[in-house]
Amino acid sequence: MSDDRRVVETDSAIEAAIRENHPALITYLTAGDPDLASTTRYVEALDRGGADVIELGLPFSEPIAEGPTIQSAISRALEAGTTPDSFFDLVESIETDAPLVVMTYTNLLMQYGPAESGTDVAPFVERAADAGLDGVIIPDLPASEAGGVREACEAAGLDLIAIVAPTTEGERLETLLSTTSGFAYVQARLGTTGARTDVSTATHESLKRLDGADVPVAVGFGVSEPEHAREIVAAGADGVVVGSALVELAATSDDPERALEATARELKRGARAGTDANAIPEPERS
Amino acid sequence: MADTAGRFGPYGGQYVPEALVPALAELVDAHERYVLHNEDGFRDELREHLRTFAGRPTPLQRADALSERYGRDIYLKREDLVHGGAHKLNNALGQVLLATYMGKDRVIAETGAGQHGTATAMAAAHLDVPCEIYMGRVDVNRQRPNVYRMRMSGAEVTPVDAGSATLKEAINETMRDWAGSVETTHYAVGSVVGPHPFPALVRDFQAVIGEEIRTQIRDEAARLPDDVVACAGGGSNTMGTFAAFVEDERPADADSEGDATADVALHAVEAGGSDLGIDEESGVAPNSASLSTGTEGVLHGALTKLLQTEDGQVVESHSISAGLDYAGVGPELAELVDRDRVTPATVDDDATLTAFHRLSRLEGIIPALESSHALAYLEETCGPDADATDEDGDVSDRNDDASGRGGDVSDRGGDASGETGDADLGDLVVVTVSGRGDKDLETVLEETDRRDIETAPDVEVFDG
Repeated sequence: MSDDRRVVETDSAIEAAIRENHPALITYLTAGDPDLASTTRYVEALDRGGADVIELGLPFSEPIAEGPTIQSAISRALEAGTTPDSFFDLVESIETDAPLVVMTYTNLLMQYGPAESGTDVAPFVERAADAGLDGVIIPDLPASEAGGVREACEAAGLDLIAIVAPTTEGERLETLLSTTSGFAYVQARLGTTGARTDVSTATHESLKRLDGADVPVAVGFGVSEPEHAREIVAAGADGVVVGSALVELAATSDDPERALEATARELKRGARAGTDANAIPEPERS
Repeated sequence: MADTAGRFGPYGGQYVPEALVPALAELVDAHERYVLHNEDGFRDELREHLRTFAGRPTPLQRADALSERYGRDIYLKREDLVHGGAHKLNNALGQVLLATYMGKDRVIAETGAGQHGTATAMAAAHLDVPCEIYMGRVDVNRQRPNVYRMRMSGAEVTPVDAGSATLKEAINETMRDWAGSVETTHYAVGSVVGPHPFPALVRDFQAVIGEEIRTQIRDEAARLPDDVVACAGGGSNTMGTFAAFVEDERPADADSEGDATADVALHAVEAGGSDLGIDEESGVAPNSASLSTGTEGVLHGALTKLLQTEDGQVVESHSISAGLDYAGVGPELAELVDRDRVTPATVDDDATLTAFHRLSRLEGIIPALESSHALAYLEETCGPDADATDEDGDVSDRNDDASGRGGDVSDRGGDASGETGDADLGDLVVVTVSGRGDKDLETVLEETDRRDIETAPDVEVFDG
């Protein structure tokens, strides 16, 4: 976190991107909404707008952690025929400065690969690494079930980014912080993803609990406005994650690419304002 | 990494968002203290509610006409006589009461056909706990009387529009609510599915079915049954019926013939629907036979057997019986099937409808369409045409036609058909009638009308 910010030797492209571009803007889009060709253009627009890490949702039919906005995007992406293989092909074709992260659910990892691999997650993780992804977020995989995925990620050189909930405390928090890599994804409030109009007190409490963590800390779930980004960074986060607001924008804008690029720029500016406002010493730059 | 919790062999676990993990730990603790160790007299209070409010114990009745038809003693466990019309109340009462012991001030639940929702709403009214039920929009519209029953009991009913707008989406939405309300709210899961400890908790609340059967059949027949048959959707009726008998297994090498306490065979009868395959393109399975044809995967917080595409997208299941219409199944049942303790079987919609009318006509009992699957299995294994092949369009004979999932599932479907065909029921058979069929009359009228069901009554009286 802020007080301990320093130049850290890291193998993680994601961690490096967050530290070098502090405070970082992390964006999410559902891949294949409305189709994969559009996703390519949208991702490149976010990259131009200043997104430092880009999460891509690989659609699963039972998205239990998502609110209505991303649920609808996932339905559209599945309707458009998005599959894990077409997703990986897409990732291979995308050229961005920002590292790419796949966000999806456990079952898709288990089913990927030849039938004889059963529920082994390694084929998925290896394919993800080959395609050029740098990390994985799996919202229905708590630390207690994550052993197999973690091993596969370590072997393939991918970050497995853990979600830290408002209910995560004590020993569980220690475990999560010691095993997450890339960054710790702090869930701003209980509930599902989806744009909200305020920053919850749970966010401030979580950031206090995570003070002193030696991985970067980014806050998501409900972040939609530059003002939220400012407040969250001022409260000590290293970055913000914005998803539903961008998914909604892409789905409703007349000119999604321009809108996404402009909004990313605004959000990044908001996050930067958080460092000025709080008079936190500027990070050391290498 | 910490040990994974709540496994049945490879199945089970807790594949849920991190936010829910502390609540599951709290529930594991409450299960242990109140349910297993009767802390604060929980079990005593539950037993009293079951007796005075739910009407337990339910009878075990010898079905004379069926016994004659099948040439063996057939006993029916009458869960249709539980208050509300189905076994669902056993679990709903247990969970709502548990919520009060845990100090939660709100209960939420999902429902498909509306039976669990109704049971939860009635239990919540009885115990004075606020209650909200999530139900797919499609189910809301096709189960209007049950929706009204829930509202009459004071429950909020929230329709869910996502996806196929049926049970699986209702579960997703209830989990989302819980992820936001977990500190004050208990999620009363309706079957032996979901993350640990729900499969064990729900089984323990439903185990009263099998425990009563055990006592009652000894009184009636002075021995344990040779076979116990129950329908299987999510599996709460199945596990509730089987739990008391799982240990009654003849060791493979034992020469224990005639041993009255050993070897109770357990048969889980699934909805074969209209076909056992999966259409990969549309993501639809015209059946709900996850034990018989499903593959391993994660659904609603547990690793289990489920109906899915090769990519891992969960498909829409289908059955004439809304209560069995689910793409997954309890992880404990999946494990019992893997180690051959439970024999899975399927019967199709036609055979089910025929059995529905047959029991109504022969015994004066109108069974739920869910339960009619178990009764159809009797006909297919012991009935006059049991040895016939490929005549009645039995699902068991159709497995060879299963398509869409490649050799893997077709092979498994073949196994399932073999099990049905080979099953040789003994002289003393117990079948659980998990619920009453009054709720199904609209469906039955419609479906009977467009099929040729030999056991159905003549309804020309309606003409003109």
